[in-house]
Amino acid sequence: MDRFLFLTLDGLSRGAVYAAFALALVLIWRAGRIVNFAQGAMAVAAAYVAYSVTAATGSYWLGFGAALLAGLLLGAVVDIAVMRLVDHRSPLNPVIVALGLVLLIQAVLGMVYGNEYLPAQTPFSRSALTVGGTAVLSPYDLFVFATVGVVGAALVWIFTRTAIGLRMRAAAFAPEVSRLLGVNVGGMLTLGWALASGVGALAGMLVIPTELGLHPHAMDLVFVSAFTAAVIGGLDSPPGAVVGGLGVGLLLSYVSGYAGGDLIPLAVLALLMTVLLVRPGGLFAPVTARRV
Amino acid sequence: MTADLLTVEALAAGYGPVPVLHDVDLRVPTGTIAAVIGANGAGKTTLLRTLSGMLRPTAGRILLDGRDLRGTAVEQLVRRGVAHVPEGRGVIGELTVEENLRLGALWRRDRGDAARALDEVYQLFEPLAARRRHLGHQLSGGERQMLALGRALVGRPRLLLLDEPSLGLAPRVVAQTMALLRRLRDENGLTVLLVEQNVRSALAVADQGIVMSLGRIALAAPAARLRDDADLRHAYLGF
Repeated sequence: MDRFLFLTLDGLSRGAVYAAFALALVLIWRAGRIVNFAQGAMAVAAAYVAYSVTAATGSYWLGFGAALLAGLLLGAVVDIAVMRLVDHRSPLNPVIVALGLVLLIQAVLGMVYGNEYLPAQTPFSRSALTVGGTAVLSPYDLFVFATVGVVGAALVWIFTRTAIGLRMRAAAFAPEVSRLLGVNVGGMLTLGWALASGVGALAGMLVIPTELGLHPHAMDLVFVSAFTAAVIGGLDSPPGAVVGGLGVGLLLSYVSGYAGGDLIPLAVLALLMTVLLVRPGGLFAPVTARRV
Repeated sequence: MTADLLTVEALAAGYGPVPVLHDVDLRVPTGTIAAVIGANGAGKTTLLRTLSGMLRPTAGRILLDGRDLRGTAVEQLVRRGVAHVPEGRGVIGELTVEENLRLGALWRRDRGDAARALDEVYQLFEPLAARRRHLGHQLSGGERQMLALGRALVGRPRLLLLDEPSLGLAPRVVAQTMALLRRLRDENGLTVLLVEQNVRSALAVADQGIVMSLGRIALAAPAARLRDDADLRHAYLGF
């Protein structure tokens, strides 16, 4: 029972990160109908910026801030310099370009930093606190929950309570009408990319230290897990991404705890396939009628 | 003699290599209603889309208050006082009534007056006030019409471009819409260019009738003449 509790809490902590990363995917999907397959590589790039800044200044938090800033900027740059130039008439084009970006970013990171695992530090201890003899959450887990919670709440606030959030939603739903109402649609799309990439960078910063460390491919499996979470949630639904993220986190924690960590990649792919076969629209997708 | 708010000179436009508008000239004096009428495919919607900058003219000029609109981005036009209610009204179904309306005034610097304009729209269209929190796609056709017009009006436009406001609406709602346009013209000095297939209700409220055919202006005449002159009506409108 203690073990189950531990795995559950650990799974939720891991799931919180997947949720944040899935949320980033959902943000871009809603803004521009693109699944940003480059998001993992972009997050890793931001984490390397953090590594450099922390190495130069000795401060984890300066590195953390630099990663978020780098994430925001990278998102904007990818939109303006790459995605805007892609012909979107075929949905496959941006996907291929995103995959190309992955190769490019990973190759550049490998050239600059090398293809070795670099240690990634955490600001708080990762040893679990024990309550009444039972190992529960570590201070770092609590930090992860708090950070993801704050970011989630901030996103909800931005999108539902601010004028810029209203503009972003309008631009995503009805670009032409929004332009007629004076909304800078291109600017809103870039802002969406920046926000999503910033959230992705944050998720990367949170998850990389809990895995093997910093590496150009450090986010590959996380990306697949988060993508699965986003698909479970329906890609269009931010709450769906959160629920999907927590669910995937729990599942992977149980698999790794009861069946062995080697099975994690297999479990993720099996889950993704099952969801795509059974409920391709996701659990939170509105029911649509199909003519047969 | 009132000055022309909108002047169009020798305008040509089209989609890609396909020309749709040819040599279009028209004038809409300030504080008047002009109805562009004509068959399906005559180029009416293309004309409106070109006027609001969504389609780039291949030739000719569009003057608002005597100033050339060339190079004005679509999103800037609303700041020049032009509101375009597009085909199908453009209500954003995923946003609430209130959000749709707020969106119409977000560009305005004068937040106080934007809030006043919002209140005025709610007074003008009472059903909307009762449905503030409803999503756009939950509204009836008549309510969508109110929302589309209200969203244009919170921007306090000088020129209102309307694409087929009567489409899909009950005759009673069409009559209300036309009466409202007349009132806005008389009380606020609003200038309206509306595109309509519903010739009778458009001419009933318009000051000027502009008949389009195959992308050209076939006739521009006082609406009263088009209403009353049976020969003219028969020749150009076929009834």
